Amino acid sequence: MSLRLMLLAGFLFLYGPIAILVTMSFNASRLVTVWGGFSTKWYAALWSNEAMLNAAQVSFSAAALSAALATLLGLLAAVALARFGAFVSRALFFGAVHAPLVLPEVVLGLGLLSLFVALGAPRGFVTLVIAHTTFTMCFTTVALLAALRGCDPALEEAAMDLGAPPVQAFALVALPQIAPALISAFLLAFTLSLDDLVIASFATGPGATTLPMRIYSQVRLGVTPEVNAISTLLLAAVAVALALSALVTRRARE
Amino acid sequence: MTRRGLSLGKKLVLAAPYVWIVAFLLAPMLFILKISLSHSVLARPPYAPTFSLEDGLASLWGKAQTLSLDAWRALLDDPLYLEAYGSSLAIAAVATALTLLIAYPFALAMARAPQRLRPLLIGFAVAPFWTSFLIRVYAWTLLLKDEGLINHALMALHVIAAPLPMFATTGAVVVGIIYSYLPFMLLPLYAALEGQDPTLREAAADLGASPREVFFRVTLPLSRDGVVAGCLLVFIPAVGEFVIPDLLGGSGVLMIGRALWNDFFANHDWPAASAMAMALLAALMIPLLYYERSRQKSEAQR
Amino acid sequence: MTLLRVENLRKSYGAVMALDDVSLDVEEGEFFALLGPSGCGKTTLMRAVAGFETPDAGRIALAGGDLQGVPPWRRPVNMMFQSYALFPHLDVAANIGFGLRQQGKPRDEIAQRVAALLELIQLPEHGARRISALSGGQRQRVALARALAPGPRLLLLDEPLGALDKKLREETQFQLKDIQRRTKTGFVIVTHDQDEALALADRIAVMRAGRIEQIGSPTEIYERPATRFVAGFVGDTNMIDGCIENGGFAAPFGRIALGICALPDGATASLSLRPERIHLGAEGLSGVVEDFTFRGETTLARIDVGAGHMLRASLPPGARVARGEAVRLVVAADAGVLFAKPAP
Repeated sequence: MSLRLMLLAGFLFLYGPIAILVTMSFNASRLVTVWGGFSTKWYAALWSNEAMLNAAQVSFSAAALSAALATLLGLLAAVALARFGAFVSRALFFGAVHAPLVLPEVVLGLGLLSLFVALGAPRGFVTLVIAHTTFTMCFTTVALLAALRGCDPALEEAAMDLGAPPVQAFALVALPQIAPALISAFLLAFTLSLDDLVIASFATGPGATTLPMRIYSQVRLGVTPEVNAISTLLLAAVAVALALSALVTRRARE
Repeated sequence: MTRRGLSLGKKLVLAAPYVWIVAFLLAPMLFILKISLSHSVLARPPYAPTFSLEDGLASLWGKAQTLSLDAWRALLDDPLYLEAYGSSLAIAAVATALTLLIAYPFALAMARAPQRLRPLLIGFAVAPFWTSFLIRVYAWTLLLKDEGLINHALMALHVIAAPLPMFATTGAVVVGIIYSYLPFMLLPLYAALEGQDPTLREAAADLGASPREVFFRVTLPLSRDGVVAGCLLVFIPAVGEFVIPDLLGGSGVLMIGRALWNDFFANHDWPAASAMAMALLAALMIPLLYYERSRQKSEAQR
Repeated sequence: MTLLRVENLRKSYGAVMALDDVSLDVEEGEFFALLGPSGCGKTTLMRAVAGFETPDAGRIALAGGDLQGVPPWRRPVNMMFQSYALFPHLDVAANIGFGLRQQGKPRDEIAQRVAALLELIQLPEHGARRISALSGGQRQRVALARALAPGPRLLLLDEPLGALDKKLREETQFQLKDIQRRTKTGFVIVTHDQDEALALADRIAVMRAGRIEQIGSPTEIYERPATRFVAGFVGDTNMIDGCIENGGFAAPFGRIALGICALPDGATASLSLRPERIHLGAEGLSGVVEDFTFRGETTLARIDVGAGHMLRASLPPGARVARGEAVRLVVAADAGVLFAKPAP
């Protein structure tokens, strides 16, 4: 009985602030404590906010690109770690791939910016994508590694035995099995990139301001209802991505 | 069997992620180290010396000699920095402990729920993690400010007369960390608890242990690996947190991530920021190594 | 015609010698078995023939052609995996036709061959089924069909009946032999189950610790084991230590007559005596029934013959014994197999 109470309390704690945020975005009043009636005027205001719209475009395209790259690199890294056995510097590679999971974002961001500056690379959309790919790659590798480990290597051997060379055997047998994991990994990298503030601040340049950066600078000036609106939209986008991911994994399980 | 190394095909597969990691993860760390040994100048980039082959190899040695530990010395001299490190470690530790206390019963409840409900429960519990970190932290400002919802509700219920100063306090930062990092603690705990063999608890009960004793003598010790993993996954990134202390803490809450950010963006003092980053990594070295070792151990058990 | 020739194969993993100078021949159309306990090297040998392991030394030739350097996907050898390794994302027909697709055969030819194989394995309506919908026995048959589809010259089967329950195992044994005869493919099964090997194979190679102990027909292996190990591993036996005396075998508990004795008097030796060759009679070795187990078609009795020795005797159906009963054991002169005991 008390277990159920704990569950309820936990979910209340987790979703409370989010629920309040979403509710406030429809509040005609600016004040959090006064309900001024249901209104979508903040959403309308967003539409004419060019800076926000630009930032949204930058964020979504950077997220899509970096997620695609991160998934591809993550797949290659996972294959190497799962199937190649021991190789020189494997431990270092494994550790380095997992590093972004625990390293503070400010350190990662600072490091990347230092690299770009030293190379004389102009900061902008490209460096943003590189930075996001780097830090999301850790997550995609972990996800795909787990998926590959659940994949019986005997199946690829059987395919090879029946006449398929190794790359084909992998593509025909292992890939279909990890397909749901690939999609989940992509969606994970996508949302991580979309939400990131710290690394983007370090790695991007003028003209490529991301949505979280915009939101952050607005929030520092004070609580504005427009921020509630854009936050709710962002939440909705991520919720859709999550639902898709869940659907894909459920379909695959059958 | 002789170690023949990887075939060409395998090397090609490994090449892309390997080169990427070396270029964009390892090299940056080296750069931070180098900049921490440089000094600040009004130029682009705002630190000197910069190494390039344009002036010839000889000049490289001359430049190398201008590297100094000034930035590091400044770190140690200024009590503010040391205080920032100390408070970061303390806040992160307290927040980690509280997160564990909150997450454990939650994870336990989910692990004991009926089988078919479990994926749904854990999915919903982890879903907030997928939503924007920034937004979730920002949502707390709506709750904690003097004119925020919590104060408003408490005053409306006549529990308090004047608003409680919850915003811009260390407590707010701790709550923010707990809220944001809860899924990181939940997942390893849930995995550890869910994987426990229920017949072990039955055996303990059969041998005379009360439910309380079963928990403390069987369930809890068996979940140790999950507890350790969760704590490390929360503590290590929390020490270097920036967003949470910036939005929820006031100027009174000193955390190293924020100090690093300010030094970098406000003061344009790259060497200082770099030295701080290196020092941060050094401070985290012990828990990081511990994390690495426990990960390798679970690797070997596969 | 020799289908498979393995010559002086050697393979080690670090300090462990998995294959130690192994040689054998498999004839065309033969059902061959590699029998041995786990770790004896039989799986390594099989994988070397399939191409998944590279031997350190030695030669593997198929129908005269050396297989060295030929990768698994180009060898006319197919393997049936112990776990079946069926592709879960393809249906039964696609699984069976996989190898044919790799060979680039046209679609209708593939469909025809798949249909024929489905008939052969007695699952004619199951082509469109998903693997997850099949029972263990059905999966085993699909795995077999998939390995046969490309028309290999040699089929390797890794513990083919291991995952099946007893009843199903017997049924499948007949089916397997039948399919082998019909397709005229060389089958090599790898197993630790001696019943399986004795039932299925035309010839058996018994292996231990990377070496071949004996190669022969099931009858030879069973009735004339070449080594002590083979005698003990294949079938049940009583291994009695003693010495030769006056052309007979002197055991600590009595004398057992021998037929032709190749060893001189006074030599130490071991006699392998199978339980079914020991009969109850009017005269012979004396003993007391210690215990017995009713097995259905036989009764296995443990008989204390004195000097601290127990003999296991397999008694025919209908035999009735009681614990503590005094009996006399009759052993025919050529019933046992003699092994010279090496000097200590």
